[in-house]
Amino acid sequence: MGAVAVPWPVALAYLVAAALFVASLGGLSAQATARRGNVYGMVGMGIAVLATLPLVGNLPVAIGAMVVGGAIGAFLAARVEMTSMPELVAGMHSFVGLAAVLVGLAGYYVHPHGTLDALRVIHLIETFLGVLIGAVTFTGSIVAFGKLRELIGSKPLLLPGRHALNLAGVIALVGLAAWFVVSQSALPLLLCAALAGLLGVHLVMAIGGADMPVVVSVLNSYSGWAAAATGFLLGNDLLITTGALVGSSGAILSYIMCKAMNRSIWSVVLGGFGSAPAAATEASEEAKRLAAKGVQSGTVDDVVDILRSARSIVVVPGYGMAVAQAQHAMRELTELLQKSGATVRYAIHPVAGRLPGHMNVLLAEANVPYNIVLEMDEINQDLSDTDAVFVMGANDIVNPGALDDPNSPIAGMPVLEVWKSRTVVVVKRSLSAGFAGIDNPLFYRDNTMMLFGDARKMAESVVAALKGGGGHHSSR
Amino acid sequence: MDAFVQHLTVFVLACIVGWQVVWNVTPALHTPLMSVTNAISGIIVIGALLALGPTWGTPTWLGAVALFVAAINVAGGFLVTRRMLAMFRKR
Repeated sequence: MGAVAVPWPVALAYLVAAALFVASLGGLSAQATARRGNVYGMVGMGIAVLATLPLVGNLPVAIGAMVVGGAIGAFLAARVEMTSMPELVAGMHSFVGLAAVLVGLAGYYVHPHGTLDALRVIHLIETFLGVLIGAVTFTGSIVAFGKLRELIGSKPLLLPGRHALNLAGVIALVGLAAWFVVSQSALPLLLCAALAGLLGVHLVMAIGGADMPVVVSVLNSYSGWAAAATGFLLGNDLLITTGALVGSSGAILSYIMCKAMNRSIWSVVLGGFGSAPAAATEASEEAKRLAAKGVQSGTVDDVVDILRSARSIVVVPGYGMAVAQAQHAMRELTELLQKSGATVRYAIHPVAGRLPGHMNVLLAEANVPYNIVLEMDEINQDLSDTDAVFVMGANDIVNPGALDDPNSPIAGMPVLEVWKSRTVVVVKRSLSAGFAGIDNPLFYRDNTMMLFGDARKMAESVVAALKGGGGHHSSR
Repeated sequence: MDAFVQHLTVFVLACIVGWQVVWNVTPALHTPLMSVTNAISGIIVIGALLALGPTWGTPTWLGAVALFVAAINVAGGFLVTRRMLAMFRKR
C-alpha cells in the first residue's frame, strides 16, 4: 500500500493526539498529576481514532472489531487481580506484537508488487522490520506471560549452542530480507514472521524468573518499536511518534531494572541467569561458618516484643508478600503500630516483585498511603537509625553478600542495607535460597530473627497478638 | 527519500522527547507507566483502520484481527491504569 497519505485536518488531529500522549507520560511523573495523565492518553486515543474513521473503507468491520475488542479489554481491566498485573501487561504486549505483524502483512497484500526503486526498497525493508519486530514481541510476550502465570517453568531453558542458534536466526533473517526485497513475494515475509516468532520464544525461554521485571520492560520497549516500524511502513507520523515514546519508555525501565540488579542489559537479554546453582554450591568459607552457627528462629511473641519496643519500623516487602496476599494484614499491622506511636515506613527495592513498581501498586491496593512508601535510595541511609526492620517475603534484595562478598553472583547489586538496623525480623517459609539460588548471610546475623511460616499467616498472627494487648508471654 | 528522512526526523525527535519525559516518572508509578504505554501503543489501531480497505480481501481480514487485538490493548490499558491510580492515596 505504500504510504497512506492523510488529509491535512486528519494530520492536525494526529498532532494533537501525539501531544496528548507526551502530556500523558509527563503526567505520570507525580502522583498529583497521574490521573490527569491517563485522561490525556484516553482523549488522545479518542481523537486519533475519530479522525481516522472517515478514511476507513469498511466502517462496519472497523467498528465491530473495535467494540468487541474494547469490551474484552474493559472486562479484563475490571477483573484482573493486582497480583496478576505482570501477566496482564505481558499479555497485552503480545497483542501489540500480533497487531504489528498483521498490519505489516496487510500493508504488503494491499500492494504486493511495485517498481523496485529506492522508495520501494525502503518500504519493503520497513514492512519486513515491522513484521519481524512484531513477531518477536508477540511470541516473546506469550512466553513471558506463560512464565509469569507459571504455565511454563521459570527456570531458563538453555539449549546447547543457543547463542549460535540465535546468531543463525539473525543471519537467516537478513537473508530472508534480501530475498523479500528482490522477489517482492509473500513467502519470505511469512517465513520472517515464523522465524522471528521462534526467535522470540527462544530468547525469553532462556531467561530465568529473577529477570522477569527486565524481560517485561524489554518487551514493553519492543512493542513500542513494533508500532513505530508500522508507522514507517504506513508513512504515518502519529504511529512513529507514539511508538518511539513507548519504545524509549520501555528502554528506560529496562535500564533502571538492570542497574538495580547490577547487570548489563546484554547479560539479561542473552539469558541464562538464575540457572546456575553452580555458583551457590561452591559455598564460601563464610557461608559454611554461618551455616554451622545456625539461625536464630523466633516465635510470633518474640516478634511482638521487638515491634512493641521499636519506635521506628521499616517494612521491606518482596514478591513473597504478594504471593501470600499478606499486604492487607501488613496494612493492619502498620496501623496498629502507628497507633502505638511508632513510625512505620515501607522500603521498596526497584526489582521487588515481578514488574517495575509492582509492590507500590499492591500496597496502594491494600490502602497503605503512598507517602510512607519510599524508594531504596530515599531510605537506605535511614536504616542505621531504625529500631526494627520487618522483611516480608524478600530475599536477594536484602542480601549483604551483594556488598561484601565479591564472589556472590549478585555482587555489586545495590541492596537495602537492613542489617544496619537494631533488629531484623525475616518472615520466610524456609531457609531456601531466593530466585537466584544464592544463600543469604543476613539470616545468620546476630541481630536477625527468623520467623518461619507463611507471610500472611505470620502477619495475621502478629496483628492478633498485638491486639491481644500483651497477654502472651514470650515462649523463649 | 525525502519522505523517509522526514519520518526519521520525527522518529528521532520523539525518542528524545520520550527519553526526557519518562526519566521524570516516579518509580512508584512504573507499573501504571507500563500499562498506560501499553494502551497508547495500541495506536496501531490507526494502522489497522487504514489497512482495512474498501473491499473484502486478505488485508481486510488481517486488519480486522489486528484491530480487534489492538482494541483490547487500548481499552484494557487505559482502564486498568485508571483502576490502579485510583488506589494510590496519601495520608
